[in-house]
Amino acid sequence: MTHNTSKDYIGAKIGMWLFLFTEILLFGGLFVLYSVYLHRYPEEFHLAGQELNVYFGTANTLVLLTSSFSMALSITALQKGNKKLCMILLTITMILACVFLFNKYLEWGAKIHHGIYPDSPTLLERPKGEIIFFGLYYVMTGLHGLHVLIGSFIILIVLILVAKNRVTSSDFVAVENTGLYWHLVDMIWIYLFPLFYLVV
Amino acid sequence: MNSSESKTLSFWEDDGRFSGIFSWIFTTDHKRIGILYLYSVLSLFAVGVVIGLLMRLELIAPGSTIVGAQTYNAFFTVHGVIMIFLFVIPSIPASLGNLFLPIQLGAEDVAFPRINLLSWWLYITGLILILISLFTGQGAPDTGWTFYVPFSEYTTTNVNVAVLGVFILGFSSILTGLNFITTIHRMRMPEMKLTQIPLFGWSLYATGWIQVLATPILGITVLLIFVERTLGIGLFDPAKGGDPVLYQHLFWIYSHPAVYIMVVPAMGVVTEIIPVFARKHIFGYKAIALSSLGIAFAGSLVWAHHMFTSGMSDTAVMIFSFLTFIVAIPSAVKIFNWVATLYKGSIVLEPPLLYALAFIFLFSIGGLTGLVVGSAGTDIHVHDTYFVVGHFHYTIFGGTVFGMFGGLHYWFPKIYGKMYNKKVATTAWGILFIGFNVLYFPMLVLGIMGMPRRYFDYLPEYQLGHVISTVGSWIVAVGLILMFYNLYRGIKKGEPAGKNPWNAATLEWTTQSPPPKLNFIKEPQLTRGPYDYKGIEDDTQYQ
Repeated sequence: MTHNTSKDYIGAKIGMWLFLFTEILLFGGLFVLYSVYLHRYPEEFHLAGQELNVYFGTANTLVLLTSSFSMALSITALQKGNKKLCMILLTITMILACVFLFNKYLEWGAKIHHGIYPDSPTLLERPKGEIIFFGLYYVMTGLHGLHVLIGSFIILIVLILVAKNRVTSSDFVAVENTGLYWHLVDMIWIYLFPLFYLVV
Repeated sequence: MNSSESKTLSFWEDDGRFSGIFSWIFTTDHKRIGILYLYSVLSLFAVGVVIGLLMRLELIAPGSTIVGAQTYNAFFTVHGVIMIFLFVIPSIPASLGNLFLPIQLGAEDVAFPRINLLSWWLYITGLILILISLFTGQGAPDTGWTFYVPFSEYTTTNVNVAVLGVFILGFSSILTGLNFITTIHRMRMPEMKLTQIPLFGWSLYATGWIQVLATPILGITVLLIFVERTLGIGLFDPAKGGDPVLYQHLFWIYSHPAVYIMVVPAMGVVTEIIPVFARKHIFGYKAIALSSLGIAFAGSLVWAHHMFTSGMSDTAVMIFSFLTFIVAIPSAVKIFNWVATLYKGSIVLEPPLLYALAFIFLFSIGGLTGLVVGSAGTDIHVHDTYFVVGHFHYTIFGGTVFGMFGGLHYWFPKIYGKMYNKKVATTAWGILFIGFNVLYFPMLVLGIMGMPRRYFDYLPEYQLGHVISTVGSWIVAVGLILMFYNLYRGIKKGEPAGKNPWNAATLEWTTQSPPPKLNFIKEPQLTRGPYDYKGIEDDTQYQ
């Protein structure tokens, strides 16, 4: 008797969705902190939020949304049997992820250059609400950035799997699940962007 | 028929791709992973018990008896971290659940066998990190297993490594839960309807959801401790605008549901045992299945009852106190259904049933004392006293651990194909049960008298209670040694047990003992419900 090697497509999707729930709740803890502190320090959050560069944020939002689009296209390309196009689109997604991270690096770098980073003397002189705002800013965008980094590694791995024909048009769930993960990373940013750059 | 069956290698002998130790630590067979988990968690249980015994010894007299205050702080922290994160949370799901959930569903394995193996490796990684935290840096963590801020942000002991270990253990727990949920949805045999799943499976299903939905909050909480300690962001530091009470909220949003991760699988084990030894169909199948989900749901809404004295608003205290009482309802539904199952049954008092009965008795005390701490008025009096320690151990040791021991005695013949000495098992159970009550009942009294928890020293008027409790800890130790020795002897020298020594009706008892690598020799047939015992005795006579 040999192991039944045919994959359970729905099972793999259920597993991925359950994992996405855990990711949402991981960030959920931070969103709870954000909402409580926004309620407690509305004015300081407003003032500190003015200091973030909306252009950087908007650019990154566009970059990430585009990468989600190319990710979705790559799944369809593979389903239709166009392996080459799928690989090109996955590469584009990865490049956009790197653009996002580079942008983030510039943005963080500018803030750190102005002396605004956790526990910095400049930051500690400010009102408490602003210390918390920038603390949350670094923790939440940092954790999100880490997810972008992990996501681009996963995309690289499925890219190799597609190249080696381990993931094919008849067994594409690995690419699809990677896409789900990537859309989640995108979606979390869709919430982070207005919370830090626009509404406060 | 018999001769062809005896030729099939059991999962103990069928090594697969690797050989020697690698056939175990790189296995994807759910039974071998279950055994890996079983031996790991029981080893950690032994470590936790030794630290517990040392704490009880320290408390036999006022003042410093065998250790000083700082060592005692490390003792209760390490006892808590080991017992909670390394023993109780993975205990039943990862060991007995891994071993028997797929077989009870008529499946070959769990839905994601490799993720199952990854989960064990993450467990070992977390274990190693926690061990490192004990012996490196500036001493073992001394914060208590709750890692409360602000102390956990400022203590110089090795909290950083410990919280990373806890984070990784959380990941391991999530993967087990995710795997079981998917397994129950996708892997059960096609003809098995939802109402034909053994109730152990239902309890693991409810547990899986708590693991998936609550554990990430623990993950982010301990990560924040790490970030606070390394970068000093100040999210929980009042000097920087943070709020320590928010830490407590985040911590208990996971850690209260976590007690249901601990106890719901034990309830599942008890639900399997009771009808078998009452020779009666389980009473209220659907009510028991739904009450597991009910506990999982309601249990997620009550976390702040750990924080009645933290300075929360009175409104919040009232709401959380009320919700806490609601959790008692699904728990009581289970207890009444078990008792109704026993009513007018042909009860056979075998060791597994004794453990199940002990579970009902001890968990009832634990649950009822839970109402004392759950009601806001009385909690003010007993908060942070030995009453809480007693209550907690009645639910978790008296509940989860007795449930696990019951499960071990119930499934032992299936796992090893042999039977332990039932008389010795009964004696060990009796010693454990008596010792347990001698150990923990005085704590309830001490707590009402006002003895605070986590103190290594106390006033002379508390000494009598502490001495009785310490003597109880020795009786428990004797019971544990006898129980494990008896099981060990059973593995080595026990009589062959046969396919179905208890005449049970779930699918794991239709395959050989121990089961072969792919669980069943022929495709399993679903000929009866999980608690339908009619005609089972007759079947076994002709085997």
